Amino acid sequence: MSSPVVHPAHHAPTGFIRRYIFSLDHKVIGIQYYFLAVFSVFLGMALSVLMRFHMVYPDAKVSLFEKLWPTGAPGGIMTPELYLSLMTMHGTIMVFFVLTTAPQSGFGNYFLPIQIGAEDMAFPVLNMLSFWTTFLALIVMVAAFFVPGGAPLAGWTAYPPLSAVGPLSGPGEGLGQTLWIISIAIFCGASLMGAINFIATTIDLRARGLSMMRMPLTCWSWFVTAILGLLGFAVLLAAGVLLLLDRLAGTSFFLPAGLLVSDQILNHKGGSPLLWQHLFWFFGHPEVYIAILPGMGVASQLLATFSRKPIFGYRAMVYAILSIGFLGFFVWGHHMFMSGMNPYSAFAFSILTMSIGVPSAIKTFNWIGTLWGGRIQFTTAMLFALGFVSLFVTGGISGIFLGQPALDLYFHDTYFVVGHFHMIMGVAAIFGMFAGTFYWFPKVTGKFMNETLGKIHFYLTFIGVYCIFTPMHFLGIAGNPRRYADFTNFDFMGKLMPVHTFMTHSAIFTMVVQFIFLFNLFWSIKKGKPAPINPWNATTLEWTIPSPPPFDNFAGKHPVVNHGPYEYSVPGAAKDYIMQSDPA
Amino acid sequence: MASSLTTDIVHGPPPPPTRNFGGGDGEPGGRGAHRRASMTGLLVLLAASVMLFAAFTSAFFVRRGMSNDWVDTPLPNILWINTAVLLASSLAIELARRALRSGKRTAFDRYWTGATILGVIFLGGQYLAWRQLNAAGFYLATNPSSSFFFLLTCTHAVHLLGGISALGYIEVQALLLRLGPGKRTAIDVSGYFWHFLDAIWIYLMALFFFWG
Repeated sequence: MSSPVVHPAHHAPTGFIRRYIFSLDHKVIGIQYYFLAVFSVFLGMALSVLMRFHMVYPDAKVSLFEKLWPTGAPGGIMTPELYLSLMTMHGTIMVFFVLTTAPQSGFGNYFLPIQIGAEDMAFPVLNMLSFWTTFLALIVMVAAFFVPGGAPLAGWTAYPPLSAVGPLSGPGEGLGQTLWIISIAIFCGASLMGAINFIATTIDLRARGLSMMRMPLTCWSWFVTAILGLLGFAVLLAAGVLLLLDRLAGTSFFLPAGLLVSDQILNHKGGSPLLWQHLFWFFGHPEVYIAILPGMGVASQLLATFSRKPIFGYRAMVYAILSIGFLGFFVWGHHMFMSGMNPYSAFAFSILTMSIGVPSAIKTFNWIGTLWGGRIQFTTAMLFALGFVSLFVTGGISGIFLGQPALDLYFHDTYFVVGHFHMIMGVAAIFGMFAGTFYWFPKVTGKFMNETLGKIHFYLTFIGVYCIFTPMHFLGIAGNPRRYADFTNFDFMGKLMPVHTFMTHSAIFTMVVQFIFLFNLFWSIKKGKPAPINPWNATTLEWTIPSPPPFDNFAGKHPVVNHGPYEYSVPGAAKDYIMQSDPA
Repeated sequence: MASSLTTDIVHGPPPPPTRNFGGGDGEPGGRGAHRRASMTGLLVLLAASVMLFAAFTSAFFVRRGMSNDWVDTPLPNILWINTAVLLASSLAIELARRALRSGKRTAFDRYWTGATILGVIFLGGQYLAWRQLNAAGFYLATNPSSSFFFLLTCTHAVHLLGGISALGYIEVQALLLRLGPGKRTAIDVSGYFWHFLDAIWIYLMALFFFWG
């Protein structure tokens, strides 16, 4: 390397539409994904608070409800069907348009190319199409609220027969459910396009010297997540097509013979509702890791940076990510212990499920090992990363209960499961997003987010989410069923209602607190304190370029990587960190 | 870190040799990287397609094994002709790529056009097969076997439409004499994709032939 290789720099497009709307720039697309997720998360959160409100005050007359849903809330009182449609849309919007979108497509799009020293994603046009297809999917999904009958009732898992028999089975099961399936199919297409980009970019566009084992763990987690999305969403697409044909074309893939719905015997025969469950969960379990793996990557990155220590056991972390991704495809049956599955199959799925505990524990211990003896800097980003680890452990331990068929038979249809997956998949992943937002905000905007507001937001949110979801485990053990719209008519529930009231108030509190974040985000974009290029003294490539990064990231130059991603506090080094691009 | 693009980003001794795959050892951003990325992208796309057909296949066997309403769908004879047409088109693609390697541009154009036309004929033949089955009383919802037949052949046809678009794109570029070296990747990618559709079709024929 006698002289740097300088390619002619790309020129940024000048028109507003090419620059900000139909942009090919991975950074703009990443921001577009991020704000799509921010919109979706507030929508999903509003739905959840409406649900919690209804559970505790089922007879409350709210004129707003009647205005929003004239048939779903006649006289301002929510019907159970409306409750189920809120539940379905809350789950769907959160899982697909928040948890799948922001950590991977948002942060990944923005930072994967920069962290591996590339100018852009491998296929920029495909990248743009991927975002706008996701956007279309969101429009179609939200449109389900406004069609006759309203939004679907079948849950984010859309189990047939309920999801397959049409309007006979409920108000939202007509056009609403059809739009749901179409939206998910569109989303599958978008995810496949994204996966192609992420995988090709990671494999082929890495900078000179950046071997796979020198990639930051964020890149590893985005890479493995893309593989999971690729394999999982293809199967979900297949399942969606079959379900759509059952609904619209009269086939019988999922619908058995002699089904009696609303006093009518249906024409279908011979199909199997369990077939849907197998196909759905073959996607559905890897989907959990699609949501959480990028958070693990961000947490690893931040714990090392803010402890000023190398990540403990880098290779073990990589192998743990790979084995979590691999094992994730063999455990879908643990969602179906209740389905009358052969106990021997259940046993096999249970053993495989438990074995995921091993790489998960490796990650947790390595995070703790990273913190051990470090000079920890409690920035807001670091607090959220620590919160992520806390929630991951709390939510993971209840998974060990649920992974055992004998216990799951009892817990499965109770609030225990709701508490479990919200902790590990929902809130932990969201904490990963908060951590990433505070960490990378200075790079994206050139400004800091407000740390004081950030810390207030962190502590209140941390307390709030534990107050919402911890009691759910106790309710589940006490036998509180899930998916019910109203518990007031059951004697045995009487003593549990104060807990529900507490959870509802916690949920409202936590929702209000999120506006601190929203305010901080937009206020800091305008008025945040200016940030230097490398404000956290971090080592990876994104901290070598200006903030915000220029159009083609490295201004036509190609970075060369000489170091691993986590060289902090290296004995004998001049500073307490060595950047990946520093001379060897 | 006072300045951003200090020379220490770009300078430095060559990195130690590493066991590696793909990038990290070449010049990113050049044509080589783009070609590698296109091939990787293609493989990833094929993996997704395989998963789609695998999911349908598993549903096929589960559904077939669990009910007594399965009536084998008689395969219209035209399907065998269609199979031959599709194989011939793949052959033409290969001949075209060989011709291009030897610099015979006219031969390339001829073979490639032939392959594209054969692809369209295959789709027409599939349509005739569907009509023949309809005439014999087999529709999408008639019984699970016919459901899967129409589902799988239509899914394949949709893939084929994508393939024909790719072939057509090359075709137009060839006729406009824009087939520079930069287009070789596009030619290879669409060629491999076309062969893949061939393989999927033979797989589907075997599925229908042996398990109905």
